[in-house]
Amino acid sequence: MRWGLHLGVVAGLLSLNWVLGAYAQGNVARIMVLATYAMGYNVAFGYTGLLSLGHAMFFAAGMYGLGIPMYHFGLPAEAAFVVALGCGAGLGLGVALLALRTIGVGFMIVTLMFAQATYLCILYFAGWTRGDEGFVLPQSARTLFGLPLSDPDIRYLAAWALFSVTLCLTLWLATRPFGRVLVAIRENEDRAALLGYRTWARKVAAVTLSATISAAAGAGYALLFGNTGSTFATVQYSILPLLWVLLGGAGTVIGPLIGTAFMFYLIDWASDVTTAYMALAGAVLVALTLFAPGGIAGWIRSRLWRGLP
Amino acid sequence: MTLLETRALTRRFAGITAVDAVDFTLDRGEVRALIGPNGAGKTTLTSLLIGRLAPDAGSVHFGGRDVTRLPAHARVRLGMAYTFQITSVFADLPVSENVALAARRAGRGAHVDETLDRVGLPGRGDTLARDLSYGHQRLLEIAMGLVQAPALLILDEPTQGLAEAEIAGFRTLVREIVPDTTVLLIEHNMAVVMALADRVTVMDRGRVLAEGTPDAIRADAAVQAAYLGTDRC
Repeated sequence: MRWGLHLGVVAGLLSLNWVLGAYAQGNVARIMVLATYAMGYNVAFGYTGLLSLGHAMFFAAGMYGLGIPMYHFGLPAEAAFVVALGCGAGLGLGVALLALRTIGVGFMIVTLMFAQATYLCILYFAGWTRGDEGFVLPQSARTLFGLPLSDPDIRYLAAWALFSVTLCLTLWLATRPFGRVLVAIRENEDRAALLGYRTWARKVAAVTLSATISAAAGAGYALLFGNTGSTFATVQYSILPLLWVLLGGAGTVIGPLIGTAFMFYLIDWASDVTTAYMALAGAVLVALTLFAPGGIAGWIRSRLWRGLP
Repeated sequence: MTLLETRALTRRFAGITAVDAVDFTLDRGEVRALIGPNGAGKTTLTSLLIGRLAPDAGSVHFGGRDVTRLPAHARVRLGMAYTFQITSVFADLPVSENVALAARRAGRGAHVDETLDRVGLPGRGDTLARDLSYGHQRLLEIAMGLVQAPALLILDEPTQGLAEAEIAGFRTLVREIVPDTTVLLIEHNMAVVMALADRVTVMDRGRVLAEGTPDAIRADAAVQAAYLGTDRC
């Protein structure tokens, strides 16, 4: 049942490749990459209860971890992607070891500060990152196992593969004892420790995994859409995954996709209606938070299907 | 044989010595009651035993090993279990998941349903813990301790909020788990203490005031003055 629903979503997204027009196909590819980022964020926030305000640094670590070796050293995309994952995991582990000495608001502020420091580093080392404007990865280099990622179909399928692997990974994690203990830490850390769980080590693991997935999304974004830029390291890109996860349903596997797609099309729709589209989007978000505080998938879980992972 | 021992264990809070140089010994297989008026230091002492608090001085030995510097989760892994005075279950998780979290860590994942039956919550596994009545949440707390099959089970006011029939069930339960499990019971209900305890330790103002069999404690004049004579029991 659980796997049925999620594999159904994965299959549905795959079939959309041959259904959608060129414009929608590009949008859904982007949504799937950003939803991957949201799923990474969800591991820390939704499942473990760690509210980070600095995940943009992990997204950027993946983006530049892939972009710099490709752009400056001509590394092939496959190897650069592995480097990007390593950058995300390394930064995640380092930040986790330091930031998890704090809890609650302290954790929010410390992660925010680390992200700001990362952002400023990107601007400071402009020789490598090209600062504000970033750099464009040459089309010739953007191939994966010989397939050109500038081709819309191949780009869509690559985004789908990244999304699907992450979705299955988080679903597997959420139903494993490790994932259940993360939920226990979110619900009541003191109690989890008194059941014999080493909660600190598990939180470090959760943040590291969350950072690695976020970096995979950042690397995927740079690779599929061809550009890097310091904008992706700004605080806005730390808040966005929080919003996506809250809207879709924190602590659900499918919630990040729902939230990301919902907000993408909400802004798309609102900007057709008015130039003050953020005001309209904001009003819808407030209403949704009031009436479905657990997000869309959270609402489904509380009303329709208690076992939704 | 000694299971747990403290030597000159001391903990102060802002000038108040909540636990004052306590030497406390627990034998394997016994049921020990820890009684005393509110503020006597009972919960502080048990928090020092399980490792939720660090002592200012003194040491704790468990199973012949000095555990004073071990964090709580490590002591639990050595075979201690603790149930909270203020119910502390995973409110938004189902009852069975609460017990499973306790069971899996101890490698006893197969014993969840059986334990729910034992404490008197049969068939309630799918209920969210927050939807249980207060008394049933207390029983869930006990189940979470019990399912770990610990060497030492520390129960902090387990019968508070339980109905008479549930208290009777609890008494049966404790009798069943000894001597495999040693039980340390903080309890205000004197009928439960007298019925279950092999020995009783009385605390007052951070110190051990008296220790002995239930009958000896009942006859002790100092205890009478400090505790039993008041209307608290």
